[in-house]
Amino acid sequence: MADNTCIIRLEDISYAYPGTGAKVLDHLNLEIFQGDRIGMIAPNGTGKTTLLHTIMGLCKPDGGTITIFGNTLKQEKDFLPVRSKIGLLFQDSDDQLFCPTVMEDVAFGPLNLGFSRDEAVDMAKKTLEGLGMGAFEQSITHRLSGGQKRLVALAAVLAMNPRVLLLDEPTAGLDNTVKERLIRILNHLDISYLVISHEFDFVSAVTDKIYSMENGRILTDADIQIHHHEHVHKHGLHPHTYK
Amino acid sequence: MIEEPFASGQSFIHTMEPRIKIPAAFALSLAAALCKHFPVIWVYLLISLILVFAAQLNFRAVVKRLKPLFWFLLMIWVILPLTFEGREVYRYGWVRITEPGLLLSAMITFKSVTIVLIFTALVATMTVASLGNGLHRLHIPDKLVFLLLMCYRYIAVIEDEYNRLLRAAKFRGFVPKTNLHSYKTFAYLAGMLFVRASLRAQRVHKAMLCRGFNGKFHTLDVYPPNRLNFIFLTAMVCMSMGLFIGEQIWF
Repeated sequence: MADNTCIIRLEDISYAYPGTGAKVLDHLNLEIFQGDRIGMIAPNGTGKTTLLHTIMGLCKPDGGTITIFGNTLKQEKDFLPVRSKIGLLFQDSDDQLFCPTVMEDVAFGPLNLGFSRDEAVDMAKKTLEGLGMGAFEQSITHRLSGGQKRLVALAAVLAMNPRVLLLDEPTAGLDNTVKERLIRILNHLDISYLVISHEFDFVSAVTDKIYSMENGRILTDADIQIHHHEHVHKHGLHPHTYK
Repeated sequence: MIEEPFASGQSFIHTMEPRIKIPAAFALSLAAALCKHFPVIWVYLLISLILVFAAQLNFRAVVKRLKPLFWFLLMIWVILPLTFEGREVYRYGWVRITEPGLLLSAMITFKSVTIVLIFTALVATMTVASLGNGLHRLHIPDKLVFLLLMCYRYIAVIEDEYNRLLRAAKFRGFVPKTNLHSYKTFAYLAGMLFVRASLRAQRVHKAMLCRGFNGKFHTLDVYPPNRLNFIFLTAMVCMSMGLFIGEQIWF
């Protein structure tokens, strides 16, 4: 599976929200190798989103080094070329889809990368069709349903041909059909990714290893053992009728 | 949510380039706003009706569009004839209606209906996205174009957030009344809305940076060059100029 090219390496990263002393990330270390499919399950407020934003250079860490594709990144301009190679899917798709129509949104990234109009449209079309969203090309973004928005946002990220994907709670607020679709899509992708989610079933379906976070640090496979519990009820014939 | 009922259509006005329609609408409505004589404004009204007809818009829907305008005009008709100085037409006790007041109200009515019709025929027949595109091609600063497009995109999201906040308040027994508590609650709602909008703006900006945004406006619309576009714009501008100059000479 994973060969030994390290694409993202975080060393000793610390970050505290401005104005508060509390450290969200505390001397955190993380390595993502080519071909890795990592899941991350951790409670709210442990700094998962901050971690992703740090990788993208959207949060400036107070200390530590970020090495991506072999280059150490320090300033805003160091991150610019890297951002197109890392696709970040935001928690709220409304944050990510800001163009009036779906086509414009998906083509926005390729256009910024300097592709011509025709090339960008072509890339956007292919990506949308690959996700089964070809019929929505000309739709008005804010009229899509939650699930459609998520898939369009994913298309917008994938249209830039990233080498690695960072997915921030991709299943939040989605129903099971869209979740299953997302699982199929991710399992057919040929790139590395890091998925943050609360849903064990989803994470275990799309990843090879599962990490967690605690006190601003990452706990790897060896430290955690995430598991399900079976249980027995005495609540009659239909204990879980809500299911 | 912003509906665009007139934006889809097959008429030649619909297929015309935004950067032609916007200046045409601007020239015509500016000229209509400047004219001072009734026969001239009637010509403009006729032109605007022809344009609406050419755009093949649903006439009833257009009249419905004019409804808010009629409320505004009603206010003018109530206030101006009673307060304007000049020759009296009618007097009842201290209430008097003056001729200049009536004429001015009529002029304002014709002008505003004409201008709204021109904009309905020429500007409402494109999507907001195309409008942004057209403004960009007319070299309006990118920041202003983004402002328009972002408003269009996020007004529904913000409305949704407002409704959610209001619902949360109602579920906890909030009933709007004329008292300090209600005002305070609405002030909190408004404040919260600003906070959320600002946080969302930060997130959207981050998302844009992630996708390589560098302040440039890109557009996907292409319009094949069409001689008709140019002829239309020239005709509209010449007509406006002609009517304006004609009015100066003949009246």
